[in-house]
Amino acid sequence: MSTTPANDIRLSRRYRFSASHRLYSDELSETENRAIFGKCANPYGHGHDYVLDVRVRGPLDRETGRIIDLDTLDTLVRETILGPFEHSNLNVDIPEFQSSLVPTTENLALVIEHRLAGEWKSRFASPPLERVKLDRIKIEETRRNIFEVSSSYE
Amino acid sequence: MLITRKVEFSASHLCYHPGFSEERNRAIYGAAANKHGHGHNYILEVSLDGAPDPVTGMVFDLKTLKDVLNQEIVDVMDHRFLNYEVPPFDTIVPTVENVAIEIWRRLEPHFKEKVRLKNVRLYETEDLYVDYAGQ
Repeated sequence: MSTTPANDIRLSRRYRFSASHRLYSDELSETENRAIFGKCANPYGHGHDYVLDVRVRGPLDRETGRIIDLDTLDTLVRETILGPFEHSNLNVDIPEFQSSLVPTTENLALVIEHRLAGEWKSRFASPPLERVKLDRIKIEETRRNIFEVSSSYE
Repeated sequence: MLITRKVEFSASHLCYHPGFSEERNRAIYGAAANKHGHGHNYILEVSLDGAPDPVTGMVFDLKTLKDVLNQEIVDVMDHRFLNYEVPPFDTIVPTVENVAIEIWRRLEPHFKEKVRLKNVRLYETEDLYVDYAGQ
C-alpha cells in the first residue's frame, strides 16, 4: 500500500452531445444582434457537437481506489444533461433558454453546472464516496472555442 | 513557469478487489472487473514548475525528463499487466486514480532541486482522466 497521501484527486469525465442553437436577443435590435452575434444570429440557428468535460474532486477511498462511483456520475449526467440535450434545439427544447437567456456556451456551461449541482447531494449521499465535489465544467463548442466554469457547489 | 511532457504506455489491468463479493466488484468497477483483464493506451502528462535557467533558457533538461519518464514509468508499465507485473498493483486495485498516485510517488523524488513536480495527469481513455498533485 502506498503511503502517499491522497486527499485531493481530480477526476474528469468527457461526454458528447449534439445540439442546435441560435444566438439572438429580443432585447436587442437586428443591427445589434448582427453586430454582437454575427452568423450565430442567423434565423434558423445552427449546431455543434459539444464536448462536455465534468471534473470532480475528492479524497481517495483507499479500499476501492476510487474517488467517485462512475456509474452514478454517468447516470446523473445522462439523466440531467445528455437525455434532454442530445439532438435538441437549445432555444426551444431546454426550459432555461426558453425566455431571455441566450444559449451561448457560457450560459450553457452555467446551466449544466446548475443542473448537476442541484442533484449532487442526493446522488452522492452515501459513504464511502460522499465527499466528492463537483469541481469544474468545461465545454468545447468547437475545437477552437472552449469554456470553463468552476462549480460554486460546496 | 510550467513545462509539460507527454508520454504514452499501453498496459492491461483489471479492477477487482478480492475482499469484495462478485456483485460489489461489478457494482463498483463495472466491466473493468472482468476477470481476465483488458487494456488501455494510457497517456501521461507530467508538469514541472520552475524558472528558466538564465544561461540555458530552460526550466529543465527535456532529455533528462524523457529519461526519467522512461526509466520510472514507461520501462516499468508499458506492455505489462499491471496487476501481475507492476507492484504495488499486486495488492491495490489499479484504478486510474491509484495508477496516477503511483506515478507521482515514482517521479516526485527526481524533482527536488530547481524544479518541482507540479501535476500528473493520466488519461486512461480519451474520456476519463485524473489529475494528481501530491496532496
